[in-house]
Amino acid sequence: MIEARALVKRFGTVTAVNGVTLRAGDGRITGLLGPNGAGKSTTLRMLYTVLTPDGGDAWVDGVSIRTDPLEARRRMGVLPHGAGLYPNLTARENIEYFGTLHGLTRGVRRARAEELIERLEMQPFADRPAKGFSQGQRVKTALARALVHQPRNLLLDEPTNGLDVMAVRTLRRLLAELRAEGHCILFSSHVMQEVAALCDELIIIAAGTVVVQAPPQELQARAGTASLEEAFVRLAGLGAPEPSA
Amino acid sequence: MRSIWRVFRKEFRETLRDRRSLFTTLVIGPLLMPALISVALSMAIRHGGTAGDRPIVLTVAHAERAPQLLQFLRQYRVHIRTVQVDRAAARALVKRSHGPLLYVPRDFGARLAAGKPAPLRLYADESERAVQSRMQRLASLMGLYGGTIARLRLVARGLDPQLLAPIALHAIDISTPQSRAALVLGMLSYAILLTMLMSGLYIAIDATSGERERGSLEPLLATPVRREHLVYGKMLAACAMMMVSLVLTVTAFAFALHHIGLDRLGMSANFGPAVAAGIVLGCVPLIPAGAALMTLVAAYTRSYREAQTYVGLVLLIPTLPLIFANIMGLRPRPALMAVPSLSQHFIIMSLLRAQPLPAADLAISAGVTLALGAVLTFFAGRLYRREKLLG
Repeated sequence: MIEARALVKRFGTVTAVNGVTLRAGDGRITGLLGPNGAGKSTTLRMLYTVLTPDGGDAWVDGVSIRTDPLEARRRMGVLPHGAGLYPNLTARENIEYFGTLHGLTRGVRRARAEELIERLEMQPFADRPAKGFSQGQRVKTALARALVHQPRNLLLDEPTNGLDVMAVRTLRRLLAELRAEGHCILFSSHVMQEVAALCDELIIIAAGTVVVQAPPQELQARAGTASLEEAFVRLAGLGAPEPSA
Repeated sequence: MRSIWRVFRKEFRETLRDRRSLFTTLVIGPLLMPALISVALSMAIRHGGTAGDRPIVLTVAHAERAPQLLQFLRQYRVHIRTVQVDRAAARALVKRSHGPLLYVPRDFGARLAAGKPAPLRLYADESERAVQSRMQRLASLMGLYGGTIARLRLVARGLDPQLLAPIALHAIDISTPQSRAALVLGMLSYAILLTMLMSGLYIAIDATSGERERGSLEPLLATPVRREHLVYGKMLAACAMMMVSLVLTVTAFAFALHHIGLDRLGMSANFGPAVAAGIVLGCVPLIPAGAALMTLVAAYTRSYREAQTYVGLVLLIPTLPLIFANIMGLRPRPALMAVPSLSQHFIIMSLLRAQPLPAADLAISAGVTLALGAVLTFFAGRLYRREKLLG
């Protein structure tokens, strides 16, 4: 479970995140939706402790990211934007390296890597150096790397960016499985269909603040429209509604 | 501590798979540098005018018309190749072969016998640089031959041949093999220190700019490892590469210089295992300082390319004192032994010259250099706390 209260982040004179309060529960997929520059990535980066908040706090399974960031990190798996790998290591070595950083013993991390390689259908490229990987192969490897320590909580920043249909499907299936296993999944996106297809809970973020947090159906009801996209545009205050057909 | 070791192991393994850094560590250091220095050294040890001793090949048309001249030239290591061509053909021949050609005209013998200036034609393409020096030598040899004949003629007419030598100029080169070699050996410490630093360059840049540009920095920072430990692990890997390079380079130099024979210069006759080990020990304290300095500089650049440029420039900083030492003829004294890299240079030179430095000087060198390394490492360790690092 991830909870944030009044998170604030400033870069110089720009306030990127201005008091974000949110909650992502266990066994649920929570989508962080917002236009570009709304503060989605900055919020996630504070949650996974790469950025330090200028105000507010957040808790991962009740562990504060400000007072005990190391313990908070142990409880999170993170797939940041871009998903960079070590080009001279194979996919398997990339995964196992993060296992060692999480303090897993050799036997455990080998078994976990093997299991994730199977689960994510990575066998064809698991033992090739990451140098020439496609975007899909990279994201899969990065995802396996994020899951190697079996975290309760998974944070993903725009995970479907640049993926083809098959890779998106694999990812969706995996997320659904993880939800069924009781994990807490928080991911950001600006793609409406993806969010609609996956999320139990939606957080719409605009101009650094949370506009609304609710299940998708409720959002549609609240915005008075059957289209989720229309609801998003209205609630995010992105401009005049389109003339309805 | 265990996490430092984990990061180190991965970084080291990855570097061993990286062609660029392997090339720097295994080829430039241990092979290229010793080869360069050895060539420079052996050239310095041999006489300054080495080119003057090399034989010249001279093509001569109608050699039969000037047998004594050719005999004379042969004594001065001019290889004669005779051809039978006329003047026009001689010109064409030079154009093709570029080598100098001496044409002996028909009346050469007669005019020489009559005591009149005897004509000779020396063809060459002087736009060729290599030909110029050969032409000079040939011209001076001809002059010498002419001078000999002139003196004989004077003697034959009962005059003193010294009339022809109003001035006696002696050009004396006072450089000795030792002094020439010392100049080159000054470069030795430069080469050792530079290749050592270069071997750590890629890991040092990778720790910040590389990780960021690749997009692997954020996941790394999201692992439950203290940020300083991540940096220390990477720096340790850089240090290991530098250590490998240092040992390989010094060993290679030991072999190369052994063949040149430093003992002929009155220097340590024995660049053997003991001297090599001494050089390695003397340079080791500089490794952490170098790794930390490069890591720090790389962290403040915006891209990998920029980092390469700046760190490349920073590599010159440790080598600056060496240049000053050479120009100003600095000698080791305690204050100078407190200058990192300069003190390592003094240690290397003292070992090569078999003039051991006082233990206090060695302690100052190691102490100050290690302290600098510790300070720089401390600051490098704090780098990952900077959010700006994420770019």
